[in-house]
Amino acid sequence: MLDNTVLSMRGICKSFPGVNALKNVDFTLRCGEVHALMGENGAGKSTLIKVLTGVYAKDAGQVYIKGDEKALTIKSPQEAQNLGISTVYQEITLCPNLSVAENMFIGRDKDTIVNWRRMNTRAREILDTLDIPATPAQQLANCSIAIQQMVAIARAVDMDCKALILDEPTSSLDENEVAKLFTLMRDLKTRGVGIIFVTHFLDQVYEVSDRITVLRGGELVGEFLARDLPRVELVSKMMGKELDDLESISGGKASIDAKLDQIPVLEAYGLTSNSGVKPFDFTIKRGEVNGFTGLLGSGRSECVRAIYGADRVTGGQVKMNGRNVKIDEPFAAMKHGVGYLPEDRKRDGIIAELSVRENIIIALQVMRGFFRPFTAAQAKAFADEYIKLLAIKTASVDTPIASLSGGNQQKAILARWLLTHPEYLILDEPTRGIDIGTKIEIQKLVLELASEGMSITFISSEIEEMLRVCSRLVVMRDLRVVGELSGEDLTQTNIMRTIAGNEARNGRYS
Amino acid sequence: MSRNGLRKREPPTDTAFLLTITICMFMAMYILAVIFLGDKGFSKPQTFFNLLNEYAALIVLSCGLSVVMISGGIDISVGGVTALICMTCVVYLEDAGGGSTIAIAGCVIMRVLCGTETQVYELHNLVIVAVVLGCLAGMLAGAFNGILVSVFRIQPMVATLILFTAGRSIGSMVLGGNKPMVHVDAFSYWGNFIPGIPIPTPIFFALAGVIVIFLVLKFTNLALYAQSVGINENASRLNGLNPRSVKMMTYIIMGVCVGIAAFLQVSRQSSINPITITKNIEMDAILAVALGGNALSGGKFSMAGSVIGAYTIQALSTTLSTHNVPSEGVPAYKAIIIILIVIVQAPVVKEFFGKFWGNLTKKSSGTIRKVA
Repeated sequence: MLDNTVLSMRGICKSFPGVNALKNVDFTLRCGEVHALMGENGAGKSTLIKVLTGVYAKDAGQVYIKGDEKALTIKSPQEAQNLGISTVYQEITLCPNLSVAENMFIGRDKDTIVNWRRMNTRAREILDTLDIPATPAQQLANCSIAIQQMVAIARAVDMDCKALILDEPTSSLDENEVAKLFTLMRDLKTRGVGIIFVTHFLDQVYEVSDRITVLRGGELVGEFLARDLPRVELVSKMMGKELDDLESISGGKASIDAKLDQIPVLEAYGLTSNSGVKPFDFTIKRGEVNGFTGLLGSGRSECVRAIYGADRVTGGQVKMNGRNVKIDEPFAAMKHGVGYLPEDRKRDGIIAELSVRENIIIALQVMRGFFRPFTAAQAKAFADEYIKLLAIKTASVDTPIASLSGGNQQKAILARWLLTHPEYLILDEPTRGIDIGTKIEIQKLVLELASEGMSITFISSEIEEMLRVCSRLVVMRDLRVVGELSGEDLTQTNIMRTIAGNEARNGRYS
Repeated sequence: MSRNGLRKREPPTDTAFLLTITICMFMAMYILAVIFLGDKGFSKPQTFFNLLNEYAALIVLSCGLSVVMISGGIDISVGGVTALICMTCVVYLEDAGGGSTIAIAGCVIMRVLCGTETQVYELHNLVIVAVVLGCLAGMLAGAFNGILVSVFRIQPMVATLILFTAGRSIGSMVLGGNKPMVHVDAFSYWGNFIPGIPIPTPIFFALAGVIVIFLVLKFTNLALYAQSVGINENASRLNGLNPRSVKMMTYIIMGVCVGIAAFLQVSRQSSINPITITKNIEMDAILAVALGGNALSGGKFSMAGSVIGAYTIQALSTTLSTHNVPSEGVPAYKAIIIILIVIVQAPVVKEFFGKFWGNLTKKSSGTIRKVA
């Protein structure tokens, strides 16, 4: 083991029923480096990290930690933490019912008696240093997802760690927050901490990483210096094929224009809900793909939730195909042919312990009615059809959905809605936290569905993605619609300008 | 982060595995009882039926309770509600022509069932009305629990605690502290034997209850809806379910089951004491469901498991009583055996056996390779 190595993993193997998640993988983390771990969904990134942090027991291989000659077996996250390995997971794993300070210190105090004042003071110091806009006494559930994420990072940072694992830390942060996080990461780097950085954002990888390890299908592709590995090559290494797919998706801009004069599929006037979104107007036509854009917390999701009836609608009028309809609960929306893929997959999307099959058929089953269940054969046929159509990687239709990788869970939820053959489909962050290959698949699918006549609202934090897919963008700021861009005006600069408004962009919107 | 481990949901219980264990334990127990207590009647098939007979009520209850538990709820008010229902039945049967609220409700039901010409004292009429009345009372109690849980979002344990504590004393108050006897002959058929048929009547009830629940699960989406709501309420709502009505429904179904169970119980004894009738049955029911391999946190379930769980508990009680264990001591002995069962079912033990099995198969495959 070299002197500057924080930890090294050799020949790690791990398999789950039906899947070889890791095959003989090596990984080395050095002092003071940011090491990006890259790969598609199911490449084994999460599994590798969970082996390292003791969530899973490895089947074979050795783990060495700095200062210890022997191979170690890490049996629990607690043990990993004691060895100086801290983790911030992609999905927030704090306790929403506790305060910010409690979340930062829980499980770390050796004392039986809690010194609340000291804990709160210390928490305030850390929050201030990291410039996190939260108070120690605030209940975590009241913070936005971004702030919750930052609290999780603050917790990890405050612990004396040699290795910090950031699993998709930026997927719910806006640019300012990302910049802040990167400053923090560089700072930690100079203090000699080794950082494992898992992300799907290529820009971010190149912005902070020194080294990149690529996994594919549970196998190690290789370790590279970031500056020696061109972006295109990285992508092709991750996907295992040459990449011209990215280019081949041209915008959906051509797809609508001809149908401008027809009656919209859905029109909303002065719609507002108890989530605080200001009354807004919205229309979408047959075969159109449009989107809501804006910074995190600007009201993108709140708008579509109001349309779908997921929040309590407090005012406004909705017409579908020219007729007045009342959508006050999700079931009504479904009956009118509206589908909604929610932003927070874990909280609102998957029904974790149910099988992939049940997760796929549930929406259609609910529409069909309580007294008319599908037979086992019918349900299996539906599930099989969409598993094949969307190439969902699962051991079988009876596998609990929770054991699928994030991207495949998302595909299953997508399948759930496609199965209902909606007239209008709302996709809120369908590509969040999933790999680039699946992202492209989803984007292609959206355009394909639109060309078959489905109307789709597509929301994403990545402006490039929105530009590629949407023909019209509604721009939001502070829970208010501040503009609408389409055709020639639809450029990244224009979007930025509209989001920023007249004033220069200096504040954070969250 | 230490919290990660805690926040993660338990992996889904392997229902089939737990069920197998319960069945094995039950068989082992029964066979042992036959061997060692054969002289006390365990070798006769009659004993088997007697067991079923005595705990027909528990079986029906366990089925109802599993439905509630699938949707993430729990109901500890069973005993109290039973007392209420028994009270309703008895008051009605003793006072069918009278002017009390219960009697009037009974009259309405009777008229609905049999037409307006029917007389109050025709044979069996009265008892059938009492059954329906019991079920209605059960549904009412269930609806009460259901409203507390789904509309007011009170934790199920607390919500059902109300009837758990109040049920018996309300029953006792209505009866004015008396312990009335029922004087309708036909009434006792239901809890004992119908003349001419050797199999005890409650067995038919238990059987019917199980079959009905099975049919409901097969021909409706109850299981899927309740599971979905039990696992993830948010997602269920976004998929068009109404978690409130689903929960409400499970509690009402539970109420019907309690109604039937209570009726069997009161009919067997022909008299009631609201304070002691079906004492601790709620705990037995929860235990039965747990023994059957159902997760108390909601989600996966096995109705067959609940039935066998209920049967195991009764077999245990009867074995112990036969073995001259004084009745006060039965729960203590029961606890010891239940601890054994629960430990054998625990995930830790399961994992251990899994590894053990894995090693065995590995070794054997190794030898096969060598041979080849």
